Amino acid sequence: MIMPLLQGLKITFLHMFKKPVTLQYPKERPVVVPNYRGLHALKVSHEQAKCVACYLCPTVCPAKCITVEAGEDAKHDKYAARYEIDLLRCIFCGYCVEACPVDALKMTQEFELANYKREDFVFVKERLLEKK
Amino acid sequence: MDALLALPPMYYVAMVAKVLVAFVFVLLTVAYATYAERKVIGFMQVRLGPMRTGWYGLLQPIADGLKLFFKEEIIPKQASTFAFLVAPLIALVPAFISFAVIPFGGNIEVFGYTIPLQIASVYDPQVGKVLDLNVGVLYILGMASLGVYGIVLAGWSSNSKYSLLGGLRASAQMISYELAAGLAIITVFLMSGSLSLNQIVADQAGAFGVTGWYLFRNPCTFVAGIIFFICSIAEINRTPFDLPEAETELVSGFCTEYSSMKYAMFFMAEYANMVTVCAVTTTLFLGGWHGPAFLPGWMWFVAKVYFLIFCCMWIRATYPRYRYDQLMRLGWKVFLPITLVLVVLTALWIMAFGTEPWFSFIM
Repeated sequence: MIMPLLQGLKITFLHMFKKPVTLQYPKERPVVVPNYRGLHALKVSHEQAKCVACYLCPTVCPAKCITVEAGEDAKHDKYAARYEIDLLRCIFCGYCVEACPVDALKMTQEFELANYKREDFVFVKERLLEKK
Repeated sequence: MDALLALPPMYYVAMVAKVLVAFVFVLLTVAYATYAERKVIGFMQVRLGPMRTGWYGLLQPIADGLKLFFKEEIIPKQASTFAFLVAPLIALVPAFISFAVIPFGGNIEVFGYTIPLQIASVYDPQVGKVLDLNVGVLYILGMASLGVYGIVLAGWSSNSKYSLLGGLRASAQMISYELAAGLAIITVFLMSGSLSLNQIVADQAGAFGVTGWYLFRNPCTFVAGIIFFICSIAEINRTPFDLPEAETELVSGFCTEYSSMKYAMFFMAEYANMVTVCAVTTTLFLGGWHGPAFLPGWMWFVAKVYFLIFCCMWIRATYPRYRYDQLMRLGWKVFLPITLVLVVLTALWIMAFGTEPWFSFIM
């Protein structure tokens, strides 16, 4: 009856000398895995977004959080005049990235998405553009 | 009155100084026991514990205190106001005043005046002896039992079923474990033949400073010492015996309705009780301030008390809470009979071998 109690004490005592697993978060950064599905980014090529406003991503989106409006640019190409992702609705499933036929969308390692106002969670095109 | 006035003025100076030093020291220990507990349990759970407030979280107790100080005072409408207000004080004060009789070091000489390091004591040059409260242990037991009044009153006056259950549990637990603890102390009386703590500590002097400790004097007192420590933990309602404030079943037990500084007082009382209990265990079983000569006596005392406090935290990090019936079974069916037998065995041992350390027969 007493031995198991002492065994328990021994286990906790030995644990005291293990290296703590705590991550001192804002000071120490976690290692984010490469295929992490964080904040979306619109890929840029030749100084403009690759998106051609084909509407596949809002179609496939299970949370219906993507709003796209097509427009026509100076070279008569179709482009996304408006591209918004409401992160409060987004479930970060990554289907939009898979659906994109021109590989214009990706998901970054960015995971700190807190904000003070609800409106700030709606990411418009300018905020989504990939940062080089 | 004559005897009191006849004492030299140095007596009063020394008395005030001793009270101040001991009180501030205990208060700081209490504050930092909360920090140490969080750190120790943190490390035992492979975490870091508080790290942000100050260097390695060292200002955490101060931050906690300040936060609680600025919290809103809430007194429930249906509460019995006077009892509600006075309960935290009743819990806190006995926890601290037990320290009056605990000797925390040998005599020191200041300006040719001998001062015993024990608050309620005086060195009488005519007799050449330290005079202290000759029923010190009784006083400590009395204060320990007074402490539970605070908890019971808090539970009753809060007018909440959780608080009431917490208070009831506290009193039941206190009664069950005080018996076993008291019987464990009787083995010490049998060894020392005195109730004066100063006498008990003086009796525990021995070769190397260790052999005289009652814990190592004979097998009976060894078991009694361990049982006394466990019963003490139960008496001060610490895990694994923290049923009066069992969060999982009673919200927060007797202090459910308390907020702000009154809640902090219960918290302080709990930790002060822990320090007191560790100091009493040190005094009764671990030779008080006696230890190998390379450190001064008071350092040994502090070291032993801190070690026991660490043990309390260690135990808290290891064991889950007892169920109520298990707790009662342990108190009445295990510890009480064992200590009763121990009292008899110790008496027989002393009749057969005297009070010398058992290994003195082998060597």
